[in-house]
Amino acid sequence: MGAIYILWLREVKRYLRSRAQIIASLGQPLLYLLVLGFGLGPTFQKAGGGSYLQFIAPGIIGMAVLFTSIFSGIALLWDRQFGFLKETLVAPVPRLQIMAGRTLGGATVAMIQGSLVVLISVVAGLRPVSWAGIPLTIGFMAAIAIVFAALGTALGASLQDMQGFQLVMNFLVLPIFFLSGALFPLDNQHAVLKIITRFDPLSYGVDGLRAALLGASHFGVAIDAVALAIAAVVLLCLGAWRFSKIEI
Amino acid sequence: MIRVKNLTKQFGDVTAVDDISFEVKAGEVFAFLGPNGAGKTTTIKMLTTLLRPTRGELRIDDLDPSSQQNEVRKRFGIVFQDPSLDQDLTALENMQIHGALYHVPRKLLKERSESLLKLFELWDRKDSLVKTFSGGMRRRLEIARGFLHSPKILFLDEPTLGLDPQSRNQMWNQVRNINQSEQVTVFLTTHYMDEADRVAQRIAIIDHGKIVATGSSQDLKEQTKTDSLEGAFLKLTGTTIRDESATSADQMKQVMRMWRR
Repeated sequence: MGAIYILWLREVKRYLRSRAQIIASLGQPLLYLLVLGFGLGPTFQKAGGGSYLQFIAPGIIGMAVLFTSIFSGIALLWDRQFGFLKETLVAPVPRLQIMAGRTLGGATVAMIQGSLVVLISVVAGLRPVSWAGIPLTIGFMAAIAIVFAALGTALGASLQDMQGFQLVMNFLVLPIFFLSGALFPLDNQHAVLKIITRFDPLSYGVDGLRAALLGASHFGVAIDAVALAIAAVVLLCLGAWRFSKIEI
Repeated sequence: MIRVKNLTKQFGDVTAVDDISFEVKAGEVFAFLGPNGAGKTTTIKMLTTLLRPTRGELRIDDLDPSSQQNEVRKRFGIVFQDPSLDQDLTALENMQIHGALYHVPRKLLKERSESLLKLFELWDRKDSLVKTFSGGMRRRLEIARGFLHSPKILFLDEPTLGLDPQSRNQMWNQVRNINQSEQVTVFLTTHYMDEADRVAQRIAIIDHGKIVATGSSQDLKEQTKTDSLEGAFLKLTGTTIRDESATSADQMKQVMRMWRR
């Protein structure tokens, strides 16, 4: 247990020390929230969808958690290239514990980042239907964070160098975000899009956040929770397996 | 302490280590010398459970590194060829992580961190981030960390690469002190013949995956009828230059250096 805790603590400490990075990584969600939220707001309103800012805020929170957790997993690549990974892999600790510590640390960092975006959204105009939804919001942020930190670990363990990073970004991370219904409602979609969005774990995460913050959802909280739990189990197994295959 | 018999490692068609055998006694300082690509690092990786041998027998403190991984790992410390510190943490935090990974009890961890950091002259900088350290300080920290869990064996894979003569001299003095005070067996590889000559009680010279000679520095000089270890080394391994190809890790490090500017 000591190993899991110390590696978790390492991730959190590194995050809290990189203040410039924290602020920089809030820029993107802020831009999406303000530009899209206010820019498309009137059109969305005219189409009868209500406030667009309210609608996308949960999506942007989901995006912040997604990006932070996946990148913290991929940061494994840096640890591999700059050596610290070796220090952990020759220690008398099962690899599963090392993977668990790193993944939980990455997930925690992503949750802190997500919480900051919740605050920003509230400042920008997000009005949660009830404050009782906050624990549920935290729960869904945690679920999204664990699912994608595990995916990030699997990716970081599989990639050989940063050249694969662009590929992952453009063909995996961005599609996960854009196809999750973070920016558009999932009701009345084209059949193909409907199928694809159902295979995207973030769809359930964003839907869960909407249920918690706005009291409206597409799938329902129970289905969201079950889908995320299944995704978490599958991806944690994948991450653990890929991690056990690392050779240095 | 270390027993190796008919050890072989093949990567596809390439034989990196070819049927080598040697023994290292407890408390000894043993040097492994060889040109680039001779199989030094591959041998260390097999001894330290990071690679499985293709064939042959390995024993560390009478344990088998391929089947008793965790037990073997508790018994050695290692300083890798390239750095393995977390640069965004402080010196003391790097020691604390190591202590937790090796299950060093809290009180002992505190005492040993302090005495080792003092010995390696890093105590004043214990709360500075490692990225502010010079190359020599980083190496010293890695060696101090390697000793933290009181290992029976310390592996040093080219620990003085890129250090100035002062740092090298100081480092070896400190390593020798601990070797004597804690009876730690030291297994080292290096390119600097004078270091091996001065520090190691016994030396093995490896080339093209095979051990071509073993013995004390004196033995090797007598065997080859040369008057220096460097002369003996060149006589045994020839004067051709070996090139190592750059790996993706090296390329990334280059990109990183560019970014830092």
